[in-house]
Amino acid sequence: MRQETKLDIALNCPVPIAATESILLGHGSGGRMSAKLLREILLPALQNPVLDRLDDQAIVDVDGSRIAFTTDTFVVKPLFFPGGDIGTLAVNGTVNDLAMGGAKPLFLSLALILEEGLPFDTLRRVMESIRVASALAGVVVVTGDTKVVEKGNGDGLFVNTSGIGLVSSDVRLSADRARPGDLVLLSGTIGDHGITILSQREGLEFESAVHSDTAALHGLVADMLRASGAIRCLRDPTRGGLSSSLNEIAERSNVSIELQESAIPIRDEVQGACEMLGLDPLYVANEGKLVAVVEPAAEESILEAMRQHPLGRDARIIGTVTDSHRGMVTLRTRLGTSRIVDLLSGDQLPRIC
Amino acid sequence: MCLAIPGKIVSSELQNGIRVGRVQFGGITRETCLDFVPEASIGDYVIVHVGFAISLVDREEAERSYEALEAMGLLNGELESELEESQAEQ
Amino acid sequence: MKYLDEYRDEKIARGIVAELGRRATRPWVLMEICGGQTHTLMRYGIDEMLPAGIELVHGPGCPVCVTSLETIDKAIEIASRPDVTLISYGDMLRVPGSRTDLFHVKAQGGDVRVVYSPTEALKFARAHPARKVVFFAIGFETTAPANAMAVWQAKREGLGNFSMLASHVLVPPAIRALLGSRRNRVQGFIGPGHVCTVMGYREYEELIREFRVPIVVGGFEPLDLLEAILMLVKQLEEGRAEVENQYVRAASYEGNLLAQKVLREVFEVCDRKWRGIGGIRESGLNLREEYSAFDADRIFGTEGVAADEPAECISAEVLQGLKKPMDCSAFGTRCTPENPLGAPMVSSEGACAAYYRYRRHALTAKANR
Repeated sequence: MRQETKLDIALNCPVPIAATESILLGHGSGGRMSAKLLREILLPALQNPVLDRLDDQAIVDVDGSRIAFTTDTFVVKPLFFPGGDIGTLAVNGTVNDLAMGGAKPLFLSLALILEEGLPFDTLRRVMESIRVASALAGVVVVTGDTKVVEKGNGDGLFVNTSGIGLVSSDVRLSADRARPGDLVLLSGTIGDHGITILSQREGLEFESAVHSDTAALHGLVADMLRASGAIRCLRDPTRGGLSSSLNEIAERSNVSIELQESAIPIRDEVQGACEMLGLDPLYVANEGKLVAVVEPAAEESILEAMRQHPLGRDARIIGTVTDSHRGMVTLRTRLGTSRIVDLLSGDQLPRIC
Repeated sequence: MCLAIPGKIVSSELQNGIRVGRVQFGGITRETCLDFVPEASIGDYVIVHVGFAISLVDREEAERSYEALEAMGLLNGELESELEESQAEQ
Repeated sequence: MKYLDEYRDEKIARGIVAELGRRATRPWVLMEICGGQTHTLMRYGIDEMLPAGIELVHGPGCPVCVTSLETIDKAIEIASRPDVTLISYGDMLRVPGSRTDLFHVKAQGGDVRVVYSPTEALKFARAHPARKVVFFAIGFETTAPANAMAVWQAKREGLGNFSMLASHVLVPPAIRALLGSRRNRVQGFIGPGHVCTVMGYREYEELIREFRVPIVVGGFEPLDLLEAILMLVKQLEEGRAEVENQYVRAASYEGNLLAQKVLREVFEVCDRKWRGIGGIRESGLNLREEYSAFDADRIFGTEGVAADEPAECISAEVLQGLKKPMDCSAFGTRCTPENPLGAPMVSSEGACAAYYRYRRHALTAKANR
């Protein structure tokens, strides 16, 4: 056993997987694979200047009024979780996409895809959540559709909501407007929603008091817009987390964003779960938070306005916009060193390594 | 390899002849097998890997070795301030 | 979080680095074994903090990266069967086999599930007696006792639908193989803290006697690694070659004897092929004969495909610390985490993936000048 054979250095490499020709779960994660799918298959078929902006919502001119229009589909599993359910997400998610364009959300459509065998009771609960969330958000569901699919094809229930709102003429928010010198503000703790969902998943089994942060943000946005006209861009970091939203802005505006690790607020529960599973909170989904890129002079008034609002109590500056590494997001670690916050490829997976 | 993190034992019981406990990591708790650390009690910290405690954290050793680290930090902090001061004076 | 957050203290980190600057009078090449340690080094930019002469190269300490192609292919084949539920740790899902990976198998309808602990795999097997449940058990010595317990429990309960596809790797033989290589440039090792928590560090004494290279068992937080590096540099400057323990709060000389007992009861040492390196004798663990009823390899009769692997990437040299990921012409272009050409790009613990995720802008900055 002592005389080990000299290491036989064979340059063994796995054969690379041919680029996938079919959809994988990773395509839905909001990271690189999603971006690729968009670029290579979806956008080429559609091509128009509004869509190409790829903001959370489209703002179109109709007879002199600026109308914000957006759509979102909700496929969350489990359907019910601490803090909400698929119905709550469906209303708040679309309201938030509109709000990120500075719109006052007005009307929603509601499309349901129901799997054969879904208990009526489940549907009633979801509809009740939709009713409550719409009332809270001040929006009305004015049209809808229902389809049923065969058992085995639907995860129980899928929901799509589309929404329209009105944007006033002096509001211009877009991901391509960030400039070096701007500040990046975050409205509160990150990772709450994603960790809540994970805590409900079979196979991971942990208990925590954290619940989803799902909330309608248009009230907070309205307060911020009233406080200052110097907001460049708003984003609600949902799937793909803070990283996805900030990378999109950095790319679209051709700037770099430098974050301060110590400034990013994270709840103990989220930290504990992320440490245990080996996840990075920067990539975990949120459903009731926003990032704002603002002109430096306006920072104080905007932060003040945010902190006065129940959904912005923990608001703070988390970074700055620079031009040192255009198109990228970097993080100043708590040790004072620097690393990049890359777009994830697919989903983050719990690791043992 | 080997992502393992320290957690505090908050409860313990026998399940099917195997010692199982609830261990707290930051703000979450999880069921953890304690069979490899019979010497660990409620309130102790253990290192947990894939749901199994693999070692009891040695509090004294941890404290002792951390003090040495802190000393290095303090000493350097002093040296850095002295350097700043002397640079400012120039 | 106690015993975690305080090991990320900036002031202390700078203190250790300053001491390193005073102690190091010559350049030294050090290697950290564990993928988790590589991850910390990259995530916190620790190599950026070190004095110029101290070079860190990254070892093959990622069981995900080094699991052989044949084993991945077996897992894929088994997972593709309609009556099988393959349960795995999350890391393994994206690892490419010869033609596909477990993610793709899942997309095609295979029942592939992720768990955090083998306990959950057992629970699933108990709850679904009609399914053949196969647990994909990989890992170093740290994970082996947990995997062993799962099989031990399955046998005790007579859980007939549960089996394990086991592919473990051992660290000391890998270090021996690296040290024995003619091209080795590593002068000191940061030993695998959690492996040693289980196994102790007695086995490393043999290594240092034979090769006269210092080994310091290190933890996983920034201060752990910095302290371990300092201890190594002190040894090297003083001409010593000893085994020391930095990770005193968790690892001990003997390790965890109970965990070792379960491990020995269920597994036996065997030869193992390491992806990117090749075959290393007595560097793996297989299920013992008494547990053959739970050996998925036997149950499913999977004959691994002897993969014909073209030499395209420099994995082997990266894994041995001879080259850095950026030295590879495919790095970041043809070889990325989405389309990995080699093992170290596959797992987030692999050196190439870690470099890509955290340090790519250093590369871009160089290119822009």
